[in-house]
Amino acid sequence: MNDRPAGVAADAVKYVLVISLSLVFLFPLAWLLSSAVKPDALLKQFPPVWVFVPTLEHLKGLFDADSPFHLWQFLANTLYICAFTVFGTVLSSSMVAYAFARVKWPGRDLFFYAMLGTMMVPGQVMMIPVFLMFRKLGWIDTFWPLTAPTLFGNAFFIFMLRQFFLTVPRDLLDAARVDGHGEIAIWWRVVMPLSVPALAVVGLFSFLGAWNDFVGPLIYLLDETRYTLSVGLAMFQGQYSAQYGRLMAASAMMTAPIIVIFFFAQRQFIEGIKLTGIKG
Amino acid sequence: MTQGQRTSLCVGVFFASPYLIGFLIFLLGPLLCSLYFSFTEYDIFNRPEWIGLDNFRELFEDPLFLASMWNTVVYTIFSVPLGMAAAFAMALLLNRNMKARPLFRTFFFLPSIVPMVAASVLWVWVFNSQYGYLNWALQPVYDLVNAVCGTQYQPPNWLQSPFWSKPALILMSVWGVGGTMVMYLAALQDVPAALYEAADLDGASAWRKVWHITLPMISPILFFTFVMGLIGAFQVFTQAYVMTKGGPGISTLFYCLYLFNNAFEYFRLGYASAMAWVLFAIIGALTVFVFKGSKRFVHYEGGAGE
Repeated sequence: MNDRPAGVAADAVKYVLVISLSLVFLFPLAWLLSSAVKPDALLKQFPPVWVFVPTLEHLKGLFDADSPFHLWQFLANTLYICAFTVFGTVLSSSMVAYAFARVKWPGRDLFFYAMLGTMMVPGQVMMIPVFLMFRKLGWIDTFWPLTAPTLFGNAFFIFMLRQFFLTVPRDLLDAARVDGHGEIAIWWRVVMPLSVPALAVVGLFSFLGAWNDFVGPLIYLLDETRYTLSVGLAMFQGQYSAQYGRLMAASAMMTAPIIVIFFFAQRQFIEGIKLTGIKG
Repeated sequence: MTQGQRTSLCVGVFFASPYLIGFLIFLLGPLLCSLYFSFTEYDIFNRPEWIGLDNFRELFEDPLFLASMWNTVVYTIFSVPLGMAAAFAMALLLNRNMKARPLFRTFFFLPSIVPMVAASVLWVWVFNSQYGYLNWALQPVYDLVNAVCGTQYQPPNWLQSPFWSKPALILMSVWGVGGTMVMYLAALQDVPAALYEAADLDGASAWRKVWHITLPMISPILFFTFVMGLIGAFQVFTQAYVMTKGGPGISTLFYCLYLFNNAFEYFRLGYASAMAWVLFAIIGALTVFVFKGSKRFVHYEGGAGE
């Protein structure tokens, strides 16, 4: 087809389109990352300067004692919440998924469909009573309101894992049962090892969820030593809206890890996104 | 109940217990509580006081509530179809036979994984009318138009303008459609090539192929992203909180931002609960409405119906 002149022209249009669209989509991101290391004098120059000697002054500024953005502290807080979330979500969601996929019990389907139905309830409806409950427990300004709920499973991840667990061959489970293994052993030693790809996707997306979460930390964390990156960055933006260099350095510090993870776990990313769509 | 059934019930409930307990603590309990609060006046410090339907009555006379509803509807009506159209166009483009497709897919996808707060901080600068690059890029276009038509137009003030603040946030939302595009692309690649070959034999044009083959074949995923997009857009919060705080004026005071303000700034927990239930009702109604409508437009391969 490409040997015809019309085919060549169509090809050219295609590549021009895809390259210019890529530029439009990447431009803001490139601007963010480059501004994080761009000397102050060049920051507001147009057309944007792309070739320059990178500076670390904005990043260093984030470590200043007087800086309201305590990078290390916020990063440590965020990582703690992320680690707890990944661990809690993977463990609890896979347990519940096993109950829905591989154990026959009265009421199972009822609860399963009830769970799918609850995914439609907007979080704002539960937000206020849950807040009051944590307040009663004295958990305001601690990480518990952000971490403890992850121990109770996440409806979406339970659904995803259930679909995956259903693909584990029945014979494998029956053989393990004949060998006298209990259900816990079968879940932990047979189903879980076979489900590492799905568990990796759940781990990745629960990590992203915790890393990006804004409303939760905004409601529950009051003292700035407990802020996560997202709340810390939002407050920083509110107070120092004109310090573009430092703001971009802080934004880049929140964005860069996600991009690095993306390049290492591209397959899980794409799989996860596709899985979200499978229900449709 | 036999011995075996009893055992399996115990095993099932044991494995499901995290969710069953969580269901009570984080879902059913709070759901009932907030329903109760929505009929009360409650400021966190004093006991909730029953006021019947007063909160709901007040809502529909509250100019800020009505404004927040309007802002949210405008945002949703524009951002969801625009995002879907952009994602579909990009997926169609990438679905053509092309070199380095995974690379371009990555380029389109990357912006969608930028954390929302970080993206908001970035776009505040992009939209800045003095130092942002958007208006720098638009200036030549405006200059050209002004030179040709003899007019005096200037690029918009985006986040400083009550008129342009919503379009700005809508524009920004289109930047993050990479995830949707990945879903569409995956669906496009599942459309059997034989269908297109048959259409080619019949001499169908490219547009007819898109209209009569591609769109029906990927309609389930289009429908799914439409419903999820509506629900998501109606809950828009972070961008507005970080970038505009609802301003200028009340032009970006979105539903969930006003709800948040009522709950955690003004401590009107009863009123905020009433808002939450109205939101729940709206989202429920939208979902049912869209599902009903989908029966006419969504084609499920294999004729399973649902």
